[in-house]
Amino acid sequence: MNAIAPFALAAAGLIGLGLYGMLAQSSVLRKVIAFNLLGIGVFLVFGVVARRGAAAGLPADPVPQAMVITGLVVAFAATALALVLTLRLHQSTGAVTLAEDPEASTPPSKHGASAE
Amino acid sequence: MTGWMLDLPLALGLFGAGAATLAARSLFGAVLGFISTGLIATLVWVRLEAPDVALTEAVIGAAATSVIILYVASRIGGGAAAPAPPHIALRILAAILSALLAVLLALALLALPEQAPSLAGPVLERIAPTGLGNPVTAVLMAHRAIDTLLESAVLVFAVFAIWSMAPDRRWGRAPGPAFVAEPHGPLAFLARVLPPIGIVIGIYIAWVGADAPGGKFQGGAVLAAMWVLPWIAGLIAPPSISDMRLRLAIAAGPLVFLMVGLAGFVWAEGFLAYPPGFAKLLILLIETAMTLSVAVAMACMIAGPPERRPQP
Amino acid sequence: MIGTPGGSLLVLAIALPLGATLIAFVLGGQAAARIARASLWLWLALAVAIAAMLIARGEPLTYLLGGFTPPLGIALAADGLASAMLLASAIVLVATGLFGSVAYPAPSWEKGGRAAFAYWCLLPALAASLAVAFLARDLFSLFVALEMLTFTALALACLDGRPSQFKAELRYLLFALLGSVLYLLGCALLYGAYGTLDIGLLAGNTRADAPTRLAGALMTVGLLAKMAVFPLHLWLPPAHAGAPPAGSALLSGLVVKGAFVLLVRLWFWVLPGPPVAGAELLAALGAAAILVGSIVALRQEKLKALIAYSTVAQIGYLFLMFPLLMAGDPDAATRAWMGGMVQAVSHALAKAAMFLAAGLIVQSMGEDRVAGLGGAARAAPLAVLAIGIGGLSLMGVPPSGGFTAKWMLLRASVDTGQWWWSLVILAGGLLTGGYVYRLIAAALAPAAPGVAPRPVPRVQEGAVLVLVLALLSMLLGLLPLSMLGLAQIGQPVIAP
Repeated sequence: MNAIAPFALAAAGLIGLGLYGMLAQSSVLRKVIAFNLLGIGVFLVFGVVARRGAAAGLPADPVPQAMVITGLVVAFAATALALVLTLRLHQSTGAVTLAEDPEASTPPSKHGASAE
Repeated sequence: MTGWMLDLPLALGLFGAGAATLAARSLFGAVLGFISTGLIATLVWVRLEAPDVALTEAVIGAAATSVIILYVASRIGGGAAAPAPPHIALRILAAILSALLAVLLALALLALPEQAPSLAGPVLERIAPTGLGNPVTAVLMAHRAIDTLLESAVLVFAVFAIWSMAPDRRWGRAPGPAFVAEPHGPLAFLARVLPPIGIVIGIYIAWVGADAPGGKFQGGAVLAAMWVLPWIAGLIAPPSISDMRLRLAIAAGPLVFLMVGLAGFVWAEGFLAYPPGFAKLLILLIETAMTLSVAVAMACMIAGPPERRPQP
Repeated sequence: MIGTPGGSLLVLAIALPLGATLIAFVLGGQAAARIARASLWLWLALAVAIAAMLIARGEPLTYLLGGFTPPLGIALAADGLASAMLLASAIVLVATGLFGSVAYPAPSWEKGGRAAFAYWCLLPALAASLAVAFLARDLFSLFVALEMLTFTALALACLDGRPSQFKAELRYLLFALLGSVLYLLGCALLYGAYGTLDIGLLAGNTRADAPTRLAGALMTVGLLAKMAVFPLHLWLPPAHAGAPPAGSALLSGLVVKGAFVLLVRLWFWVLPGPPVAGAELLAALGAAAILVGSIVALRQEKLKALIAYSTVAQIGYLFLMFPLLMAGDPDAATRAWMGGMVQAVSHALAKAAMFLAAGLIVQSMGEDRVAGLGGAARAAPLAVLAIGIGGLSLMGVPPSGGFTAKWMLLRASVDTGQWWWSLVILAGGLLTGGYVYRLIAAALAPAAPGVAPRPVPRVQEGAVLVLVLALLSMLLGLLPLSMLGLAQIGQPVIAP
């Protein structure tokens, strides 16, 4: 494990970042980017697992690698779908976030605006 | 020890690029951060001895994904003022949750059993009948063929899901908006120069996948880019979605895969089994169809739903 | 031997709708609608055949894909749970297929053909996705199935192309994607710990160590987000209520159940001696969903929003079975298992019926406020009746499937001494009675002056069908024995 510990830790960190971005950013496009960061981290966990499974003369277990290739293609399709919806939302309403419309409950917050 | 000298900066760079993506002020900054994260991840995959995945991450995870994000960002207005962030309490809660997940995950990864389980041995034992030299391709096309079949179907699902979001009055036309041609612009230049090289590279990547790193998804994605580039430059018009040849090209991969799989009931042990001696031939047939389908499907996903106005 | 007798049926249950989707997509036009409809009827026949084989054999049907044995290969298997869900899905899909032949008659490439083309590609696509979700025994293949379900559900919800819907569906998509990626992370940890993701090989062989526990927690949270369990339920009502009727019926009736089956497989097959405290937490969330969902449903002003909140509540019942299964009382465990299965099946049928009926009523009355439903019973009597019968099943009034489900859960909670869940079940039934009464009373009221409800002309066909669906959910209560015998095949044995 020691040999690949840096990557395991980086993957865990990236997953934390991606989750934060998905939860705490309001722009939909930013959320989609964060989803992809999260994805990179999760796939790297597979990569760490595959590398640990080096055996029988292979430098890494091919099964998790195959899963990542499948997963990457699926994640691309999901991203494309989310982006098309984002674009259509913007075209039809001008919105770039998922915040409720003014008449609905959640009031837009002004408090955190200084952080970025 | 020399490994660490390389790995530690890579790991730090990966995390740093991810953090920069989140911290970027502008949307474009975030996309740039994401592209760098993807490129560093590609290098990490090389260090993890997974060249097939490295290629996929580079072509699909980093390049193609960034292209569609940039494309949508530019249409929405990437430079526009950032929307107000959510309430501070919510952000603190999100930060606590995310940090907790990262820490627990790191601990769990370090607690994985010392003796790592692996299917590398079983894969090699049962690779001979497939006639393939690349174990990852063998897993994708034989041992876990159903996943690959379903995944190629997912691409078709995604295409018709995307098309179904077209505005009603634009239905039936070619994918994407109408791009304005600038015959002497830099994009048009690229769109003339790159495709001949890119197409050769794409086909090569798809072809060598049987025995060396590469394969249909990676090669198909390169081909998709080479096809989309002249669309965006306004040099060629894509076929409209009412053209059956376009839809056949998109569905050919999973259709051929499904038919070969079902034929296994007759000529081999059963569904998704290959007859002895013909495995490699059939796998190459499936991969050829899938390369075409991946290329066309990805091109359509990048372009988006039909938005062209009727020709005057 | 590559499979048990009847194993090939499992392959066909996936391959048939998948092939139909692809061919419908390529051909387009009327051919797409015809192929999709035919494939759904054949799929129903396959689901019946699988159930019959299963009852005849008395043990699960299995098939090894490509002849590769797990852990290297991937197995398909049909137990009682899979077969019952397959059957319920096939009935709902055939019905929505008939409904859609009126609502989406003409796929074409001309203006106006969009929704119909998408609809007839999506129906068999949903069937294929559900078949994989119910039959595959590999946690990663199930991940792919989850994504297939998400994509088809999303497109079904956006079918009308109304701008107001995009926001609700985008929120749904982000929830679903976050759910899938957490689930996938759990898969990575499990593979790292055990070198396989085959459910059969993992069963009984997992350890209660850090990676396994974290994997279980991540996958559970991911699936709960997809099932819209309280407090992650906020995306569901707008996403389901805003979809067109056929879409709402499929989303509320079926799509949510795909994640439920995965959750059951995870908890009772994969996790090592599932944690009792965790099960109690799940049931507490379920109880909260029942009470909050029902109370909010009572206060809804719009017909479809009311039915959508009722979905939040009815999903809650599915979670009551978790602690009851682990109480160490085999009889109570069997009752809890049955209760959960029958609830999943009867809710699928009742809710699909109610959403289709609501679609007809809104179409007839030209309005979707509950207060404006006066005269609906005269204009669309079959649809109102279907809502009534579906509502009885949701309340748990005998004789109906809902009654059987709730009665079994009630018995199990009393038998295991966990009587507090029975209070929730009873309170949920009363609250459900409240909102169903509101609907029926409004529909039976005379039409307000000046309101001229349009009679449901050609759509009557759909209305009759809706009734059949609801009736089937009643019959579940009347004919419990064969159904229950089926659901018991392959019931997990949980060590106390």
